[in-house]
Amino acid sequence: MKTIAQSINDALRTALAERDDVVVMGEDVGRTGGVFRVTDGLLETFGPDRVIDTPVAESGIVGTAFGMAVAGLRPVVEIQFMGFSYPAYDQIISHVGRIRNRSRHRFTAPMVIRMPYGGGIGAAEHHSESTEAIYTHIPGVKVVVPSTPYDAKGLLLAAIDDPDPVIFLEPIRLYRSVKEDVPDQPIRVPIGEARVVRGGGDVTIITYGSMTRESRQAAEKLAELDVQAEIIDLRTLTPLDSDTVLASVRSTHRAVVVHEAQRTGGFGAEVIARIQEQGLYSLEAPIERVTGWDIVVPLKRTERHHLPDADRIVRAALKTLEA
Amino acid sequence: MLQILRPDGSLTSDPPVGIERTRELFAAMLTARRYDEKAMAIQKQGRLATYAPFRGQEAAQIGSAAALRQDDWMVATYRDAAAMWMHGYSWELLLLGRMGDERGGHPADDVPVLPPSITVGAHMLHAVGLAWAARIRSEDRVAITYFGDGATSEGDFHEAMNFGSVYRTGTVFLCQNNGYAISMPVSGQTASETLAQKAQAYGMEGLRVDGNDLFAVFSATDTAVRKARAGQGPTLIEAVTYRIGPHTSTDDPGRYRSNDEEVTWRDLDPVERVRRYLVAQGAWDAPWEAQVLAEAITDIETAVRDAESLPEADGSEIFDAMYERLTPDLARQQGDVQ
Repeated sequence: MKTIAQSINDALRTALAERDDVVVMGEDVGRTGGVFRVTDGLLETFGPDRVIDTPVAESGIVGTAFGMAVAGLRPVVEIQFMGFSYPAYDQIISHVGRIRNRSRHRFTAPMVIRMPYGGGIGAAEHHSESTEAIYTHIPGVKVVVPSTPYDAKGLLLAAIDDPDPVIFLEPIRLYRSVKEDVPDQPIRVPIGEARVVRGGGDVTIITYGSMTRESRQAAEKLAELDVQAEIIDLRTLTPLDSDTVLASVRSTHRAVVVHEAQRTGGFGAEVIARIQEQGLYSLEAPIERVTGWDIVVPLKRTERHHLPDADRIVRAALKTLEA
Repeated sequence: MLQILRPDGSLTSDPPVGIERTRELFAAMLTARRYDEKAMAIQKQGRLATYAPFRGQEAAQIGSAAALRQDDWMVATYRDAAAMWMHGYSWELLLLGRMGDERGGHPADDVPVLPPSITVGAHMLHAVGLAWAARIRSEDRVAITYFGDGATSEGDFHEAMNFGSVYRTGTVFLCQNNGYAISMPVSGQTASETLAQKAQAYGMEGLRVDGNDLFAVFSATDTAVRKARAGQGPTLIEAVTYRIGPHTSTDDPGRYRSNDEEVTWRDLDPVERVRRYLVAQGAWDAPWEAQVLAEAITDIETAVRDAESLPEADGSEIFDAMYERLTPDLARQQGDVQ
């Protein structure tokens, strides 16, 4: 049985052993094994040229990793928290996502930028961000969000193999709270494929990352009310697997989109737009959104009022059934 | 400030290269100047998009690029066409980029020069990463990055200098201090007396050279490149020069600097300086220069013609290089364009 944190560690260890072009770099990833201990023990096994403790400078980390990637290495960068990724945003939007197009394939920057994201652990300001929409809006990068230990390993190994840059979001509150059997051997989960977590014919709950757990809890509560919810874990936000979403909505005729990020301009809006474009006539009710509010993520004492929980998802699902 | 070749063409010390090599570099400077003039001229005719001229900076660019080995990385900016060409990037592709065609960003496979960075400062980090990768793979390739005085105010300058020093990457930071960042003089950019002195804060060597002196620039860069190749870390070189032309073809320098100042710098012209030296050495004659110029004109006219005659890309090609393979979404969007 492995947690998500252990599973990511396993994936990094596998990648470092499988291919000699992989380097892991970031703040405190070496000696301490990362603030979440995700990179624990890698420095000891692979040495300081491949597991690199960097200065505290996110633009510097991503910008130098970009150079390494162009030179043929395969950097896996850790940004300590998503809320600290913004100094690197210029590197990502201006260079990482563009060099292939700028050079018409002559230069590429295959690299993975890992960042813990999301709230729910009562952390300090900036440590609970869920700003994936500012990354899904960037052409030339992919955005991946696992919610299970198996997917975390399989998606990370796929991201490292990917010829294009991947932003890899790790739900902080699921790091150690979910456990499952994960094969010791290398596994790959394809980027760009959503997963049906739970089948059900009455309503589709579309979610990803941290909110997958709340969605499962909601589905159990709904089952007690004789409502069978189908849950789709998107796993990859860009490129989005619209087909899986649409197939489900066409069979349930009802949809609830759930994420903890702020609502306006959130990724849920994109999901809803696609359902509207391609599946409007199969809907029996307006699509519901269960999201964080359009506010700064509250600190510990009031955070629970912001983050969606199972009850909010249940209420939204029931609302689609009332229509 | 290191100076080897005085404005009058006399030497302060032994030149770092022999006469034949000097003649080659002089020819390269003449050719680059011809390109710059041609680019400005056809921009005025609407045949190029915005163009950023490098007139006055030929010694800084040709002299530094001449110190590189062919497989060394170069990460430069929109004003560094002379350096990029010297390192193998063709005039045709440089023009194509300025005509607004992404295909200009694809140099030949054996040309390790990234397409020019348009954002200011971020690319210095790329040169650190490129050199760092070489070190991790036990290669002795170095990476040179070009930037201006304005870029030293960017946070990425600090991060690049710091990372380069901490990891002792084989990076050469070549700052062309050309006096202005668009309208802002260096005095408004920094309170430091020199830009080279900033290196000290990073535990790095900083060299300040006369950027209009071909020999000084070559010598400093050669020293920095050898040091980088030997694993002894990065160097910051401040080449003090002057942007004779406008920031770009849309700029009017009359709004922020005096004609007297421009005249002063015109007298310090880097091309004329090498010519004076070669004349004094008996290694120059007018027919030779005319021949060099004629060849340059032929090459550049050919490049202009080739770039302009390249058929425009098909509308569907705008999707082709976002990812290695089209994503399903892009495939659909591509279908919508057609």
